[in-house]
Amino acid sequence: MRYLPFTAQDRSDMLSVIGVDNVDALYCDVDPDVLLSQPVDLPKHATELSVERNLTSLARQNTVAGEVPFFIGAGAYRHHVPATVDYLIQRGEFLTAYTPYQPEISQGTLQALFEFQTQVAQITGMDVANASLYDGSTGCGEAVLMARRITRRKKAVLSGGLHPQYRDVVKTVTTFTDDDVVINPPAPTADEDLIAQIDDETSCVVVQYPDFFGHIQDFSALAAAAQEKKALLVVVVTEIVSLGAISSPGAMGADIVVGEGQSLGNGLNFGGPYLGLLATRQKYVRQMPGRLCGETIDAEGRRGFVLTLSTREQHIRREKATSNICTNSGLCSLAFSIHLSLLGEKGYRQLAALNHARAVQLAERLELIEGVEILNAAFFNEFTIRLPRPAAEVVNTLAAQNILAGVPVSRLLPQQHMDDLLVVAVTETVQDEDMMALEAGLKEVLS
Amino acid sequence: MNRQGRPTTSGAEQGPTGVVETVSGHQGLALEEPLLYERGSPEMTGVDLPEVPAVTSRLGQMGREGDIGLAGLSEPDTLRHYTRLSRQNYAIDMGVYPLGSCTMKHNPRLNEKMARLPGFTDIHPLQPEETVQGALGLMDMLGHWLKTLTGMPGVALSPKAGAHGELCGLMAIRAALEAKGNARKVVLVPESAHGTNPATAALCGYQVQSIAATSEGRVDLAALKEALNEDVAAVMLTNPNTCGLFERDIINIAEAVHAAGAYFYCDGANFNAIVGKVRPGDLGVDCMHINLHKTFSTPHGGGGPGSGPVVFSEALVPYMPRPLVEWRDGGFTMEETDEDSQSFGRLTAFHGQMGMFVRAMSYMLSHGADGLMQVAEDAVLAANYVMASLSDVMTASYAGPCMHECLFDDRFLKDSNVTTLDFAKAMIDEGFHPMTMYFPLVVHGAMLIEPTETESKKNLDEFITSLRGLVAAATQGDNDRFSAAPYLAPRRRLDETAAARKPILRWSPPPASTTN
Repeated sequence: MRYLPFTAQDRSDMLSVIGVDNVDALYCDVDPDVLLSQPVDLPKHATELSVERNLTSLARQNTVAGEVPFFIGAGAYRHHVPATVDYLIQRGEFLTAYTPYQPEISQGTLQALFEFQTQVAQITGMDVANASLYDGSTGCGEAVLMARRITRRKKAVLSGGLHPQYRDVVKTVTTFTDDDVVINPPAPTADEDLIAQIDDETSCVVVQYPDFFGHIQDFSALAAAAQEKKALLVVVVTEIVSLGAISSPGAMGADIVVGEGQSLGNGLNFGGPYLGLLATRQKYVRQMPGRLCGETIDAEGRRGFVLTLSTREQHIRREKATSNICTNSGLCSLAFSIHLSLLGEKGYRQLAALNHARAVQLAERLELIEGVEILNAAFFNEFTIRLPRPAAEVVNTLAAQNILAGVPVSRLLPQQHMDDLLVVAVTETVQDEDMMALEAGLKEVLS
Repeated sequence: MNRQGRPTTSGAEQGPTGVVETVSGHQGLALEEPLLYERGSPEMTGVDLPEVPAVTSRLGQMGREGDIGLAGLSEPDTLRHYTRLSRQNYAIDMGVYPLGSCTMKHNPRLNEKMARLPGFTDIHPLQPEETVQGALGLMDMLGHWLKTLTGMPGVALSPKAGAHGELCGLMAIRAALEAKGNARKVVLVPESAHGTNPATAALCGYQVQSIAATSEGRVDLAALKEALNEDVAAVMLTNPNTCGLFERDIINIAEAVHAAGAYFYCDGANFNAIVGKVRPGDLGVDCMHINLHKTFSTPHGGGGPGSGPVVFSEALVPYMPRPLVEWRDGGFTMEETDEDSQSFGRLTAFHGQMGMFVRAMSYMLSHGADGLMQVAEDAVLAANYVMASLSDVMTASYAGPCMHECLFDDRFLKDSNVTTLDFAKAMIDEGFHPMTMYFPLVVHGAMLIEPTETESKKNLDEFITSLRGLVAAATQGDNDRFSAAPYLAPRRRLDETAAARKPILRWSPPPASTTN
């Protein structure tokens, strides 16, 4: 087998050094009744060529986003990732290293994390960011738990603009704690009043920006109202490119910002691996979940980096840790950071402007179609349209014509009487002919 | 032994490797690299984007004002920055990485190639299901392999890493107990457990009660039986355990746990020792997470991403999280939570770490059932070989045979001034990544060595020879070699205390030019 270097001679020499006759003697602590003598009932080993054929045939059964007009977002976005990014993250020194527990021989990973934390803090407008979490949705759960630790209160208020699956994750992680999670009904027209729901028991209010339906709202007044009641404002950003165009959550007064960082450096990958971002104010650093990288010096006074404040973490604090997280999204954070370094301030702003402009162009086309209504007063690269027919049917019909038109709201919010709503996303990868195809397809389906 | 010019004085004037002071600060191929913010500038960009079409903005009043402060690099500088950083890392590709409990095995590049097929990487989790049948088919296949290898009837693929898998398992256990009307209060965890175990139990609202180990490094069955009562919800046990030993009493433990009305969570971090050889389902396990980034070779990436699918016994299947891949009406579908379901709900947005599923599947297909059995046997053989080759000079904590990793403690250093930390740092100078140190907590100055099955005998022999040399140096009183090690790494020992006392967690612009 190509990954196993021992020869038969090696095995026999090693067994004699150990002083046993065969390898099963090393399994002497296993009850013989449960020690398998034959391989389990699965296919035998396969050549590289055969594995490649097998998996390629599965891959071919999927419709590739880049090969069709594609308008799906809702928490995962298709952006162009420069070739440099994927080359660099495949360098074995990054790819095949573990969590940097030995800082003297992990400075590459650590310095990249320090730069990543800086970039995340800058774009979110916050003081500090951690070294990543699994993804935005689990980050959202962590933020709610973090707010509870800080405020010592139990009531979290979730906006109806929060991605429905993020809402579900918060529900899950608080199932068996005594947190009181107030879930607002989905708000496709962004008309909810959250300020009225903040009281002296409220630990945090969780909003999304831009929200699940694409609305961009100013949460400054909400932040002020939360602050007055000593509650925290948690702002969730699922499309991190947006912050190149719209005001930062920090500038609005957010206390914790949670992001899904997939948009930069990372592909769609059918939902994972993605990249959880978490940023906050300096004063809450010791309540953060996850790894943190910090600057220090070595024995010769040279600058270096280490994982720090680990007394918050499970391997030190065990059941009193701020989170149970261990492995996070190291390589995805590297891809994010490389992409953002390539973009720089100028490229990031331009990429955001381009996304918005392309989305406006599509909105202008679609709102001219009879029966189609755009619900958003303000949006970034994603908006919600109301159709005269169930959106799921429309999407399926267009999918049969190889147009992936968006996400029917009913897919994530079934039984909410929102069958006529479709969330449409546009990034820089969408071309004019894609927009024309969607426009023509919609006209035909709706006629 | 001083062939690389290691200084015998602690003087920094000679430079870290005792070679010439340079004007640039670089030392030949040992290239220093400034921070992104020192190399780059806000004006620089390494991408050329299309022009932005002129449109009427629909951002409302929310346009971002002021500078963000991001630094940009040209494309050539980007390559150079990250290439230089990469060279300051140790990695599996460079040498033996015997980090106990982490299974740092070879990461086949076929897996990377497969994960990058556009049909896997360029598909959206919310595409219509008819357009992603191949992806769902792959998930179903992975689930089938994991269930078959573990002898368990249910699998949930969505957990994002090992600790997330633990959460998944304990949530299902608690949901099952609540359905019976009593969630109970306590989870029993051995002293030797990974820190994630008690942290996860606490996250599920349980009190953690520690159970003692025997002098043979295994769970004390009598102590466990004594602790079991109607308040105990579950026992979380790693098997093989973190001392590198198979829990001999595991079947009796499972029976006792079940007799008390509790569930048996197995931490599958060490599955590599028994994959294809022992099915946890045959041991009475109720649920177990599997770190695809350990046993099934998906790369660790400097700290993730991982993937932690969980397998379940019949008793817990109704409580598994959603979504689950199901075959229905001639096609695959994602089953979401419905009203009748007893599922505890959703653990993450979308459906898990697809990129890792493809890599793991590529690895499993390559090995096949026969090859995976060989993986376990070779991993156990390698660890026992290392143990046998070092036991005369280092102090093994427990009698063998061990499983895929071997545990030493610091008794062999007791007459020297060398600590476990010093010893580990001296291994860096020898060109090896240190073993896991100070874990598990049940022995003093623990050194947990996991060689994995992908090291050749030659590599193992070189490793053993180096360690024996270090032991000799330590016991002969060559303290300098250890107390200030490493000498030959990109950095000397780093001041972690200073880092924690006054944390600097980001770059900030020099005060004079502060802009916001």
